Amino acid sequence: MIKVENLDVVYGSKGKTNHVVRGVSFSVDRGETLGIVGESGCGKSTVLRSLAGLEGGWTGSIMFEGKPVGKSRTRDELKLAQMVFQDPYGSLHPRHRIGTALAEPIRSMGAGDGWSRVADALTQVGLPAHFASRFPHELSGGQRQRVAIARALILSPPILLLDEPTSALDVSIQAEVLNLLADQREERNLTLILVSHDLSVISHMCDRVLVMQNGVFVDELSKQDLQAGVTHASYSRELFEASFF
Amino acid sequence: MPDPDETPVLSVRDLNVRFGRNSIPAVSNVSFDVGRERIGIVGESGSGKSTTGRAIMRLLPQRAGVTAERMDFLGSPLLEKTERQMGDLRGKDIALIMQDPRYSLNPVLTIGKQVAEAAKLHLGVHGKEALARARDMLVRVRINDPDRVLSLYPHQISGGMGQRVMIAMMLLARPKLVIADEPTSALDVSVRRDVLVLLDELVRENNSGLVLISHDIRMVAAFCERIMVMYSGRVVETLTKLEDATHPYTRGLIAAMPDPKNPVRRLKVLDRKSIEAEINS
Amino acid sequence: MSNIAHNDAIIRPPAIGTRILNSTSRVLRKLADEPLGMAGFMILAILVLVAIFAPLIAPYDPAAQTLSDALQPPTLAHLAGTDEFGRDIFSRLVYGTRITIQTVMSVSVIVGPIGLVIGVVAGFFGGRTDAILMRATDIVLSFPSLILALAFAAALGAGLGTAIVAISLTAWPPIARLARAEALVVRNADFVAAARLYGASPLRILFLYIAPMCIPSVIVRLTLNMAGIILTAASLGFLGLGAQPPLPEWGAMISSGRKFMLDYWWVAVMPGVAILLTSLAFNIAGDTLRDLLDPRHARS
Repeated sequence: MIKVENLDVVYGSKGKTNHVVRGVSFSVDRGETLGIVGESGCGKSTVLRSLAGLEGGWTGSIMFEGKPVGKSRTRDELKLAQMVFQDPYGSLHPRHRIGTALAEPIRSMGAGDGWSRVADALTQVGLPAHFASRFPHELSGGQRQRVAIARALILSPPILLLDEPTSALDVSIQAEVLNLLADQREERNLTLILVSHDLSVISHMCDRVLVMQNGVFVDELSKQDLQAGVTHASYSRELFEASFF
Repeated sequence: MPDPDETPVLSVRDLNVRFGRNSIPAVSNVSFDVGRERIGIVGESGSGKSTTGRAIMRLLPQRAGVTAERMDFLGSPLLEKTERQMGDLRGKDIALIMQDPRYSLNPVLTIGKQVAEAAKLHLGVHGKEALARARDMLVRVRINDPDRVLSLYPHQISGGMGQRVMIAMMLLARPKLVIADEPTSALDVSVRRDVLVLLDELVRENNSGLVLISHDIRMVAAFCERIMVMYSGRVVETLTKLEDATHPYTRGLIAAMPDPKNPVRRLKVLDRKSIEAEINS
Repeated sequence: MSNIAHNDAIIRPPAIGTRILNSTSRVLRKLADEPLGMAGFMILAILVLVAIFAPLIAPYDPAAQTLSDALQPPTLAHLAGTDEFGRDIFSRLVYGTRITIQTVMSVSVIVGPIGLVIGVVAGFFGGRTDAILMRATDIVLSFPSLILALAFAAALGAGLGTAIVAISLTAWPPIARLARAEALVVRNADFVAAARLYGASPLRILFLYIAPMCIPSVIVRLTLNMAGIILTAASLGFLGLGAQPPLPEWGAMISSGRKFMLDYWWVAVMPGVAILLTSLAFNIAGDTLRDLLDPRHARS
């Protein structure tokens, strides 16, 4: 479904360069959930943003469904992968009502009116349809994140990219949102890439985990590995120990 | 280890905090004692845990109505003190360690200047002596090259180091009560344990009391002797081990956390209606 | 059937008119807590009413000359006295509010959108577009506005219209700079990234996402600028380049009253007081508006 080869991202110019992502390669099968775990600055968000088409400075190759995609995406290519951002407060436009926010993807794509899908989209994520007339500041963090998920799914993308989707949420709300994601994943047979610093969230949601440090993948763990507490590299060992008291 | 000193470091009875004309109090009838031990206050956002910490330090704005039957620090009532008296206590006898060193350290002063300032204020030393004490404290918080760090600015050091600097500044004067409000939430996972272990060590060394406020119940359970769980401004349960949890909220909170050793298809979600009913009954 | 209609009513946002009404009523409710700001707005409201109902309020025809009554001090019959032609100064002030409001409104309506568009385009696209637009802004900013206005008046001939064009030409750069600063911050927000992800064209992002975030600051800045605009218009009028006689423009009234300052102070002072009060009202109103609209600047 997704194939990445030699993805490389360098920031800065001339004297001061920051080699954020150093030639990483990986692939994700259809219906699989891949996790990328690492600490801040390791490059995991940059990888995700490059896949989404938000990051223009990458080299290497990215392929969705066997077809290569470039730095700038066509509308059809954008429909393949959508993203859910970390900050529920920042991902919704503060002056747009929820209904407008949900109608925007379809309207921006020039694919129609957009309003007809709003009510359904809200109920699918467990929110009442009348929320469409509310503003983001009238919703809680968990509710906002649900709207963000609804918005990402409204174009029915086969791939969903999640950048720390529950890091800003309370534990009990996180559970609800993770359940929602799991339900949607099953219903739509989604392919997910989940980026997080939280190993427990990653191991709950993902079939496979890549551990990232300083721009490279240092380890790959399967669900069984995580359950048994098996790691193959010292850094992932460190991360594992630090995550579980 | 039982402490021969009978006076608890902090003794709170029926603490209430009400903001303005809000009918729901932010903190409601909270009572606890802190001896020479580590206690944790756990809760989600809106539970009142941070407000409790700040109420003890008397750092809430004027419009917050703070009342308590008793709020004594080493036997001396805190609510009766003037702002000036509280100012003398803060940093010297009671310390508050905050979440994000990016925001709690002064960005325009070097680390050396800031830590030395703490030494000047609380230990009464000046000039070179103050800087020497600052350096000693940086060594004490296990910063490897203290001389270099003394001349750096907060934006030039990592989060973990920033938090150590914060601890150095706050624990310089060996305060008897340390309140740590989410001290590791803004830090990378791998440095969290080290910072907590350091804090733990220093607190034991000074024979002080520690109040650790956090949303991470597992972390608190690993470091504290007693855990108070707060929900909606009230203490719903006090425990020593996570396994002892009986209250539906605490159990729900623990069940909601994904555990790789016990993978589940769907996480258990809190039944808020029954929890509210239980709390209000 | 009715269910679908009902649902649709909830889902689609209300029309733009309703939305503006809602925001205004929200702002007005918050205004009730600020007595000084309320006073400023009240004065402005009174000014607008006076301008609209000038014929009903002014006791005399502002152009009517009664030479026998020239240079009378303020009395009950002539509340602000009379000028050298026997015209009632109070009536002239009342009709003068029309000119003031007209000037202020015209300039704001021209400068606001132009400044907003230039600033937002520069801030969003960055790079060369930004550099070119900002250098142009810098160049215009470095012109002393009065001198430029003089040049314009000389070229196009004196008059109210010329004054408005001249003032507008130099009043837009601060708005552009402000809009650009806001746009620079907003363009990095996640909601803009999300819009790019669902294929929103740059123009769509600019006008539906970025511009709405910049509008409150622009409104505040415009209101604060208005005092300056009044003073510039008055200066032009004073120099004889704005509204031409017999139009009762306040600045021109001061100019002609200058000759009589020592013995007949009211001829120059009355219009001066009018300018002072209006500028003050605009400043206070603008200040309060900033506290109301931009939470970052709010006093606690």
